[in-house]
Amino acid sequence: MEVRVANVRKEFERFPALHDVSLDIKSGELIALLGPSGSGKTTLLRLIAGLERPTKGTIFFGEEDASQKSIQERNVGFVFQHYALFRHMTVADNIGFGLKVRHGPTRPSAQEIRRRASELLDLVQLSGLEKRYPAQLSGGQRQRVALARAMAIEPAVLLLDEPFGALDAQVRRELRRWLRDIHDATGYTTVFVTHDQEEALELADRVVVMSQGSIEQVGTADEIYDTPNSPFVYGFIGESSSLPVKIEDGQVWIADRPIGLSAPQAPQGEATLFFRPHDVELVDECNGCIAGTVAASRRVAGTRRVELEIGGERQRVEVELPVDHPAAQKSRVAFRPRRWKLFPAV
Amino acid sequence: MADPEIKSYAPHHESQSAAVTESRPAKAVLMIVTFAFLGIFLLLPLIVVFNEAFAKGLSAYTEALTNPDTRSAIHLTLLVAAISVPLNVVFGISAAWAIAKFEFKGKAFLTTLIDLPFSVSPVISGLVYVLLFGAQGLLGAWLKAHGIVILFAVPGIVLATIFVTFPFVARELIPLMQEQGNGDEEAALSLGANGWQAFWYVTLPNVKWGLLYGVLLCNARAMGEFGAVSVVSGHIRGLTNTMPLHVEILYNEYNAAAAFAVASLLAGLALVTLVLKTLLEMRYGAELAATRGH
Repeated sequence: MEVRVANVRKEFERFPALHDVSLDIKSGELIALLGPSGSGKTTLLRLIAGLERPTKGTIFFGEEDASQKSIQERNVGFVFQHYALFRHMTVADNIGFGLKVRHGPTRPSAQEIRRRASELLDLVQLSGLEKRYPAQLSGGQRQRVALARAMAIEPAVLLLDEPFGALDAQVRRELRRWLRDIHDATGYTTVFVTHDQEEALELADRVVVMSQGSIEQVGTADEIYDTPNSPFVYGFIGESSSLPVKIEDGQVWIADRPIGLSAPQAPQGEATLFFRPHDVELVDECNGCIAGTVAASRRVAGTRRVELEIGGERQRVEVELPVDHPAAQKSRVAFRPRRWKLFPAV
Repeated sequence: MADPEIKSYAPHHESQSAAVTESRPAKAVLMIVTFAFLGIFLLLPLIVVFNEAFAKGLSAYTEALTNPDTRSAIHLTLLVAAISVPLNVVFGISAAWAIAKFEFKGKAFLTTLIDLPFSVSPVISGLVYVLLFGAQGLLGAWLKAHGIVILFAVPGIVLATIFVTFPFVARELIPLMQEQGNGDEEAALSLGANGWQAFWYVTLPNVKWGLLYGVLLCNARAMGEFGAVSVVSGHIRGLTNTMPLHVEILYNEYNAAAAFAVASLLAGLALVTLVLKTLLEMRYGAELAATRGH
């Protein structure tokens, strides 16, 4: 099912949690809402679910306006951060709950409900645990049961709130791959919230980067990482370094010298230069480059991170060097970013 | 469901560090003080009650209990409990639900109000009803004109009992529901359950032990209440005397054996409540620990 969020605003007691957010989710897509805490990602998810009503704006499920529909009418599968499994019910009863509470002819027989529950348990690879109680399961197993329970009602959309937030790193990675497989097998339109960029970039078809109640950028992992459209996204996704620069005559200047980067399109004046620490080219002869004094040097796994002080104002930036690179031993390092981006100074 | 992994296990006490372990004499003193206190103030009176009840033999005991006035008092007590306890269950669940699951103005005030019967002397509660419903009271004339009798009759006793017992269920459920939050209910609604189904299948089972505990306490107090009921009852033998009032009357008439016989029933009720509570905790200890804080 396609989901369209159109100009949605949400306030909690006059405090705005979302400002004018619009988002198109294609049918069958796996979308990640990524942002720091307080960015409004969970609020957006709860608005799509119908757990909250928008202050302004509309949410469409397909062609239908769903904003005024209750959560029951929307038929969404919601997986809660702490799973919210019913602790007094067995795993099978938990999964069958959504079918058991149906009325009239849409309600399957008890036998059919049991059959569906075991089918879903097979799908989430927990066959044979029907009679267990949630307290007898590990965190990862609970997460799987919660997902099976949400899928039991054949939801229009599957919504997951920090699905792996409460699990340890090892289990997280495992479940991530597993969730992708489940998604590919079932084809449910899926939206999940996360603050873990690795999770979002690895798992999702498209990533929605949010900050302070607004959407900063929507795109594939490649688009988000390679062409961030704002200082926030550049800083939030992956490693980044930034320097205050000046634009004059289509050239980028630091203090009184050009650094060998031309920016004919950029407006004159103050700006901020962003680049990735690992995406730099070291130069020997500083003929238009960024040069700095080595302030600190750290070995990080396969590379060496060097912190440089640039210019009279001693701006600090980080660059990554190969471990065996001779420049790592020097007290001055000169480089030029290979890929970079300018944003107007704030 | 905040971290059930940890809570589903009973706490372990064996691994206490030496730093917080008292010396042997200190331990002994603390335990002797506790047991002596409990023995003198709780156990001894209980023994006296049963001892006095059977002082004149078993036949006197049964005779005292089969006396028509006594039987009427027992009936009335059961009737009052049978009315006030279910009403307080409904009230307690609604109040706990409202306070734990919604945000609204006046919530703190409501919470304080629920505790009011605990902080007001029961005699005062009874007097309030006299001032309201008595012949000279606010509603007295109107009630008389319509032929409604509340004071010195069963309705007055029921009202006073409800007033005195209404914190028990609510107080037991509010912290429990607050701790559990809305997560489970939201999950139930998202799966298509309506409000009633969410309550019946999810909320109620989550609080059932707390609720049962509250009901036990509420019932014990409903049957044992003296002060408030004494003020509104009028002490009419065979009509408006509950068991505690009847005990007093018998005692004042120097009929100690009969008084203690009836008292032994009330004490028995307390013991049954205690045993039930202990059994519940033994049988469902793990589950209780998982669904509540203590």
